[in-house]
Amino acid sequence: MMLADVLLVAAKDLRIEWRSRVTVSQVLPFALLVLVLFGFALDANRPVLDAATGGLFWVAVMFVSIVAVQRSTSIETTDGARRALLLAGVEPAAVFLGKAAAVALQLLAVEVVMVGGVIVLYDASIESIGLLVATCLVATVGIAAAGTLLGALVAGVRARETVLPILLLPVLAPVLIGATRAFDDALGTVAVDGWAWLGLLAGFGAINIVLGALAYGVLLEET
Amino acid sequence: MTHLGYLLVGWGTTLAAGAAYAISLIRRGRRLSARVPADRRRWMTADDE
Amino acid sequence: MTAIAPASNHTGSRTTRLLGAAVLLGLVALILLGFFGAPEDDEQRDAVRMIFIHVPSAIFTYVAFVTTAIGSVMWLLRRSIWWDTVAGAAAEIGLLFCGLTLFTGSVWGRPTWNTYWDWGDVRLVTTLILFLMMIGYLSVRSLGGDEGATATRAAVIGVLAAAILPIVNRSVEWWENNTLHQKSTLTDGDLENLTLFTLFVGFAVWGLFFAWSLIHRFRITWLERELRAIDLDRALDERRAERDDV
Repeated sequence: MMLADVLLVAAKDLRIEWRSRVTVSQVLPFALLVLVLFGFALDANRPVLDAATGGLFWVAVMFVSIVAVQRSTSIETTDGARRALLLAGVEPAAVFLGKAAAVALQLLAVEVVMVGGVIVLYDASIESIGLLVATCLVATVGIAAAGTLLGALVAGVRARETVLPILLLPVLAPVLIGATRAFDDALGTVAVDGWAWLGLLAGFGAINIVLGALAYGVLLEET
Repeated sequence: MTHLGYLLVGWGTTLAAGAAYAISLIRRGRRLSARVPADRRRWMTADDE
Repeated sequence: MTAIAPASNHTGSRTTRLLGAAVLLGLVALILLGFFGAPEDDEQRDAVRMIFIHVPSAIFTYVAFVTTAIGSVMWLLRRSIWWDTVAGAAAEIGLLFCGLTLFTGSVWGRPTWNTYWDWGDVRLVTTLILFLMMIGYLSVRSLGGDEGATATRAAVIGVLAAAILPIVNRSVEWWENNTLHQKSTLTDGDLENLTLFTLFVGFAVWGLFFAWSLIHRFRITWLERELRAIDLDRALDERRAERDDV
């Protein structure tokens, strides 16, 4: 039952996304733009760019995640759609998981293009594709869960566009550190054990999924 | 005394910030209590008659 | 609550006045002990005198933060306005302590580690992230709007921050293992007796100041809430009077 609801909500968000093409026409170009800007800022200094590739990639993902979460939240706030979802009898936890899954899928799609961008623009070479893919998956689940939770939290607030980054970015700090380190290993720039960092990213994701599933109903009903 | 400059900056800032915060609390408290009737300040203890 | 408020127009009471006097006395003792009583350190020389304000600030940052987390949980479990008010008050005081911890730490680090800031240090970076999360928490509290909704939002952030903090700490710990930070200034037994005693005086002063500010801050929030209720009552009365006129 629950799983069906999760898929239903995720499919709904993705269908809206697909029809409006916001991810393709705005979020994706924004992501590439950030990568290009980092390139402008650092390209004259090639060794710095090489060493910082993992970090720049994930900082760009952080920026993109803010845009994606804001987009995902606004779907629900316009026309009182989230009340309607509750009235339709969908479990709040299922709404949370569905929306988080939709955000995660969009972010992953953007990350695939960004990996290509990093290879072309920053001349990065991939040493461990398995680690790279696993890092993207685990880190993105955590980002999407934390983002969806905080997105719902600020949904009813007037200044939500400015409050969301203030709340979300510090919470994502461990993801930035962990995913960057794992990428350093996957891209072969720094000799660290990237797989060990995946455990930390998974812990972050688990905490946010559990808290989000528990708190989403309270937030939907009371704010 | 070595490092006197660093010490004065650290201690001075800490004491100044603490004092500024304390004063601001007292001021806000005075301003607000002047506007709230005494019978609505339920949280207060009656220990200073 | 049987207690009736005194006629005096302030948020003080005998308890807070006692606390305040103790803070001031303790502060005098702390300054005398800190600058003239405690001996200088073999390695740090007189820079060691910074720990008498730095370590208490750090400890009570975490005390305040834990108070906020407990208050958040109590709001979510029991919808207790009392606990929500405590959580908000503690967060504001904690932010002050947290800022002072970071500031005194970097001022102390300059002569001792030869740098204001070290990204490889676990406690430094964890504390900075905590500082940023607290800013987010307080900014949500200050947004206004429905009180219950604000309390719920703030409480969820309080719980989330408390749950994330161990992960933040662990991530920074793995990130760079070359931590500069003193591992256990308190427990390694290197400190002179008088230094340790002075440090405990610092804890006492900070603890008393925390209690003093918490009570005052709590009462301010309470008064603000009463004031809103009064304004609402008055507006309702006016509406009723208008209706009766017609």
